[in-house]
This record gives sequence, C-alpha cells and structure tokens, in this order.
Amino acid sequence: MSSGLRENLRTILSYRSALIGIAVILALVAVSVYTVIAIPYEEAVRLWRGGEQHWLDTPRYAYPTWYSFLLQKRLPETIIRDTTKPGPGVYKVVVPAGETIRILRIDAEFTFDYDDFPSEINVFYTVRFNRSAPQITLTWIKPDGTRIELRKFTPSSDGAYYVSSDAALTSREVERLVAEIGGKPNYELSPTITLFAVEDQTLLDRNTARVMKGVYRLSVEGLMFDPQSDFDLKLVVYGKVYGWAGTDYLRRDIGIALLWGTPIALAFGMIAAVSVALIQMSIGAVSAWFGGAVDNAIQRVTEVFIVLPFLPTLIMVSTLYKIDIWTLLLVIVLLLSFGPGVKNYRALFLQLKESQYIEAARAYGASSPRIVLLHLVPRVIPTMIPSIVFSVADFVFLEAALAILGIGDPRTPTWGKVIQDSFYGGALFKGLYYWTLQPAFLLLITSLSFALVGLALDKVFNPRLREV
Amino acid sequence: MQLRGVALYLLKRGIVLFLTVVVAVYVTILIANMGGYVDEIVKSEVLFRVSTSVYQNPAYRTLNETALKRLVNELYENEIRRLGFDQPFFVRSFNYLKDALTLDLGRSLFLSSDSGSRSVRIILLERLPNTVLLFTTTQLLLFFIGLFGGLYLSRRYGSRADRTISLLAPLSSLPGWFYGLFLILIFASVLRLLPYGGMVDIPPPTDRFAYALSVLKHMILPVMSWLLAYSFLGIYTRRTFFLIFSSEDYVEVAKAKGLPEDLVRRRYILRPTLPPIVTDFSLTLISSWLGAIVTETVFNWPGIGRLFYEAAVLFDTPVIVGLVVIYSYLLAVTVFVLEIVYAILDPRIRTGVA
Repeated sequence: MSSGLRENLRTILSYRSALIGIAVILALVAVSVYTVIAIPYEEAVRLWRGGEQHWLDTPRYAYPTWYSFLLQKRLPETIIRDTTKPGPGVYKVVVPAGETIRILRIDAEFTFDYDDFPSEINVFYTVRFNRSAPQITLTWIKPDGTRIELRKFTPSSDGAYYVSSDAALTSREVERLVAEIGGKPNYELSPTITLFAVEDQTLLDRNTARVMKGVYRLSVEGLMFDPQSDFDLKLVVYGKVYGWAGTDYLRRDIGIALLWGTPIALAFGMIAAVSVALIQMSIGAVSAWFGGAVDNAIQRVTEVFIVLPFLPTLIMVSTLYKIDIWTLLLVIVLLLSFGPGVKNYRALFLQLKESQYIEAARAYGASSPRIVLLHLVPRVIPTMIPSIVFSVADFVFLEAALAILGIGDPRTPTWGKVIQDSFYGGALFKGLYYWTLQPAFLLLITSLSFALVGLALDKVFNPRLREV
Repeated sequence: MQLRGVALYLLKRGIVLFLTVVVAVYVTILIANMGGYVDEIVKSEVLFRVSTSVYQNPAYRTLNETALKRLVNELYENEIRRLGFDQPFFVRSFNYLKDALTLDLGRSLFLSSDSGSRSVRIILLERLPNTVLLFTTTQLLLFFIGLFGGLYLSRRYGSRADRTISLLAPLSSLPGWFYGLFLILIFASVLRLLPYGGMVDIPPPTDRFAYALSVLKHMILPVMSWLLAYSFLGIYTRRTFFLIFSSEDYVEVAKAKGLPEDLVRRRYILRPTLPPIVTDFSLTLISSWLGAIVTETVFNWPGIGRLFYEAAVLFDTPVIVGLVVIYSYLLAVTVFVLEIVYAILDPRIRTGVA
C-alpha cells in the first residue's frame, strides 16, 4: 500500500501542471498562516469595518504602489507632517510677544519630486485655549518661492481644513493664475493642481500640466492670546498610490481584505468540498447497502432536494438570519448533503456490493457497519479525491458569488466582497481596474491550481483516463 | 403482457414523480415562509402601510385619536383577511400548496411587473422571454459545440486540437460570471465597444429592427462569457464519453467483422450514446429556464434569475413558490417523458428485460 502510495505520488509529481498547482496552493497556505498570525481576525474586522475613522491618512481610490513601475512614472505617495510627532521637516516655535500674547510659527516642509499631482490635501488641527481662540494664518510656499495664503481663521475647536475642496481658495487661485498666465485653462482647476503645478502655459491643458518638483512648505503663523493656548496641526498630502494593493472608496487598504480572503477562501472551499463529498458518500453507501425501504426513502429525499433551487434557498436562509460565514458554510453543506452526488455514489456502491470480496466478508459473518466502513468506503475514497479537489474551486467561487449578491457575512473581509465593492463602486466604469482585478486574480489562481491538481489526480486514480 | 408491464411501470413512476413535486413545493413553501416567520414581517408591513395612509389622508383630519385608531384597526383587519393571514400558518400552508399545485399562482406580496401588475403569472411571463432568449440560446450553443466538438475530437484523439482542448479544460473551473467580469473590463471599459450590461439601450429604440439589434448587442458579452467558461470542458467530457463508448468490446468485434467504418460509427458507437445525450439535452433546456442569478446580476439582465434573487431577498413567497412549482412540474414532466423515450430508444427496456 505504502509503495503504491509513493508510486502515485511520483506519478502526480511527474505532471508539470500539477506541480505548478501544488506550488501555488502551498504558497496560498503560507500566506494564510502568515495572515492569521500577523493580523488577528478581530483586528482585521475592526480595520475593515471601522470605516473612515481608521483610514483618515490614506488616500481614496489609491493605486497599488507597483503601478509606478507599470506606468513608468513616479506616482505620489502620501506625505504626512505632524507637529505632535516632531521629526525632519516639522518646526514649531512659540515666542512670547508681550504679557500674554504669544506668537506661534509652524513650518511643515516636504520634498515633492513625483510625476503626478496629489489626490487630496487636508489639514487636521487641534487647538487649546481658555478664553479667546488663537488666530491662525496658513500659507503655502512653492519651491520657486510663490506664496499662497490658504486661509485665515480662528479655530474654536478641533477640526479639519479640507484644502483641496476649498471653493474660495480655488476661485482665488484661478483668478491669480489667469492673470499670471494670460489664459483660461480648459478644465476644472483644483487646489491639488494649482498648489503643485508649474505656473506657465502648460497649465492651460490638463495633459500638459507639470508638477513643480522641489521643497514645499506649509507655513503657519498664529497669535495666541491665552498663556495655556496651543495649536497643533497635521498636514496630509494624499498620494495616488498606497500599499501593495491600493485602497477603496472608504480609503481602506485593500491588502487587508486580500490577505484575509486567502485563509477564508481556502478553509471555506476545502471544508465544504470535503464534508459535502463525505456526507454524500455515506448517504449513498447506506442507500446502496441496505436497499429496500431505506434506499427508497433516501432516493425520494434526494429527488426533492434536486428539485429545490439551491441558490435561492440559500439566499432566503442567509437573508433572514443574517448569518456569519461559518453558519453559511453549514447551511450549504446541509443543502448539498442530499445533492445529485448521492445518486452517483449509490451506483458505485451498488456495483461494489456485488464484488467477490464483499461476498467473502458477508460469508464470514461481518456486520453491516463493518462491511460498509471497512470494506466499501475505503475502496471508494481514492476515486473521490480528484472530484473533491476539483470541487474546492466551485466552493471558493460560491462564496465569492454570494458576496457579489450582497449576502453572507458582512463582517468578514473576503475576495468576493472586494469584487462586490468594486463592482458597485463603479471600478470598471472609472478605470480603477486594480480594485476588481486583484481579488479576481487571486480567485483565478486558487481555483485553477486546485483544478490542475484535481485533473492530475484524476489521471492517477482513474488509470483508464490516462489512455484516452 | 409486456405493454402492460411498461404501462404499470410508467404509472408508478408518474405517481412517484408527482409526489416528489408535492413534497418539494411544500418544503419551498415552508422555507419561503420561514415556518411562518414571514407572516410577522408582512403583518407589520401592512400595519405600517395602513396607518401611514390613514394618518396622511386629509379626509380623516377631523377624526379624533380613538376614531383614527379604530379606523386603522379596521382597515388592517380587512387587509389581513384579504391576504388570508387571519388563519394560522399551518392551515394556510396547505392552501398555498393546493393553489401552487393547481397553478393558481396568485398575487405577489411586494414585487410588481414593469407594467405595474401584482399578478405572479404576469411577473413571471414578463421575465421569462428575457431568460429564455439569453440562457436557452447559450445552453443550446454550448450543447452543440460540446456535441460536435467532442465527436470531432474523439475521431482525432491525440491530435494537436485534442491536446489543446485537454489543456484548456481546467479553465472551466471558473464560473461564467467570472469571465463576465473580465469581458466587461475589456470590451466595455477599455475598448468601449459593447455595453456594460442591461438588455437594451436606454432609451429603447422604437424601431423593431433597431431594438432587436440592440438586444443582440447586449447579449454578446454574457453569451461569450458562458461559452468561454464552459465550452472547453463540454467538448472534453463529450470527447471522453465518445471515446469510452468507442472502446467497448462490441465495437471491436464489429470492426473485426470488417463492417464499414461508417456503419460501425452510426450503429455501434452513436446509437448507444443516444439516451444519455437526450437526457442531457432535455435537462439542460429545463435548467436554462431558471436563468443564472449571478450572471444576470453581473450583466444586469432582467431575467428569471434576478427575479428569483429579488423575491428571495424580499421574502416574496408567492413569487418564489410560483417559480419553484413551475420548474418542478417541468422537470417532472421532462423526466417522465424521458422514461417513455428510453422505452422507445432502449430495446432492453422495450422488451422488459431490464
């Protein structure tokens, strides 16, 4: 037996396609193990479901970082300057001027040498005071020394200044630039462009507008009227790339869902495939072995289940009970227990039942459970393995299909859910292909590798196929 | 004597098939109502609807609170009686069963047809042509591609074409809708040649010819996605199927006897493959009637699959039961007809040997 097993193993490994499949599956398993250890499930759910509060500092709809290589263009990454976290490029000085009045100066400096404009600019601030709020002036200084006053305000509470959607600033800038260049741009200008562009004729057209590379500075001047008052800010210049997988419409890192999708897809697919096949086989064995009324009853139940529409029933059950992914798995297994597979296994067992070694077992008085468990089932298991491996892909896709239909566990980040988000977020419409393609690619390689291994196993265990 | 045997057998099968349909429909009724739970949803929905309509009706503005309450109660009771919800669920479930089996499909709870009708029959008939147009066409194409491709390859087995198909067969482990995503990306998003989805341009062309052309244009991507997904495996399984039949001993004997190759193929190889092919063909046609929920969702195709999904999400029991009962009747009738066809095609059954 063991030499036969080794022989089989050697035959499998002689198929190159099966080798590739096994390598990919092993890689996916490794990723799963890493993910489960590195990002605990609760943490992943928190990050994924936490909404935008967790993702204030990441750009919306950012491409994966490798897009820069793909496009042969340095796409901007996110730049953050925070006065509460002193580091290079952040200077904060407070100078007393008179009895209670103090002058605040903040300089947030950064080098911008990317080939594209940032996607958004925000300033988040915290403010502290007793009676009167500090007076703050924000000035933007371009590498060529152009000074642009962004906003003058007296913040009475913590808040944010959304530079890129400041309409007043936009119209001031347009006015200034039109006067300077002597022409009106043929597209809608926004602060993300005007604050970063080279100010000449190229700015008139969207496609020729160039980024002015160099050191930028956000300069803050403030008057603080209380001895206790303080002002801190965080400048976030959102890039166009983030992480290895990009971000979605809620600024979430898609990478988290892609990573966590791996163990879920593998576990879901394999558990479903194995348990459905084993249950169907056991029912088929019982049906064939006992025959008569038992067989009849099982056959009728199977026919009822074949008539019942599988997917709609599953949709109804999961909509009503708002079940999580593992309960969903259980429901799927239950619904498929009496599936069409039972009939195939029954036919197989009916054939085996007549074979001589079973007759011999019966002759020496073996009990029914003994014959079924020790003589019938072990004979069938090898022939089951290829189809089990094959069906893993089906179940991985079933989970994705359910996610696309918007049913199933809303908490768990899965590949299918990313595809659904992208589909309804209009990713294909807006050209955000990475959003759909990355999870689709993972689904593709997962199912293809299981299919390749299944095919090779089929040839090994059903030698008749090897010739035809 | 033999004829009576066959008739008796068919009668028995007929009864068993009918009982299967009855049980399946009843189980569907139970599931679709969640054992009566949907009642609560419907009742509260009715109460909400009735009370908003009463409180917002200017004609009742003059009534005081108790009179209003009484009015709401009265209208609510009427509505509940109209829906037949005043009886316990157990009794009603058998009424539902009787109505369903007699194809008295009744009225939907929430869904309505595009023409505004609540009749389940009209809702179904409105969606059915769309699904038949798309999926029956696709399934027929797939069936014949598989059949003729398989036949062709089984004669040239080992050739380059044969090896290519064997190599491509694993691609069918990906479902049709998944290919749909890629096709939308390529042909709609990047090349902008074909529509993203839907069944006809918006606004629909008034000219009948232009309308048909527009529908055809919308059909290309979904049909292509299914062909891509399932034709390779279809050809591959058919090829293997024919190969197994052509390596039977009786074929070898016929060849050894020196019978002309054409005769061997027709009478010894193709003839015995007929019953399973007929079965496949008819079951494929019947199942295409149900559409495909996910593909219709991806391509935004207003077919039966989408209807099934909408009904399942809304717990629109009459629609779900209507769909299931028609499907199971069709399936049962098909299986029954197949038994008769087998009796004609298979001499073993015809003479009562098997």
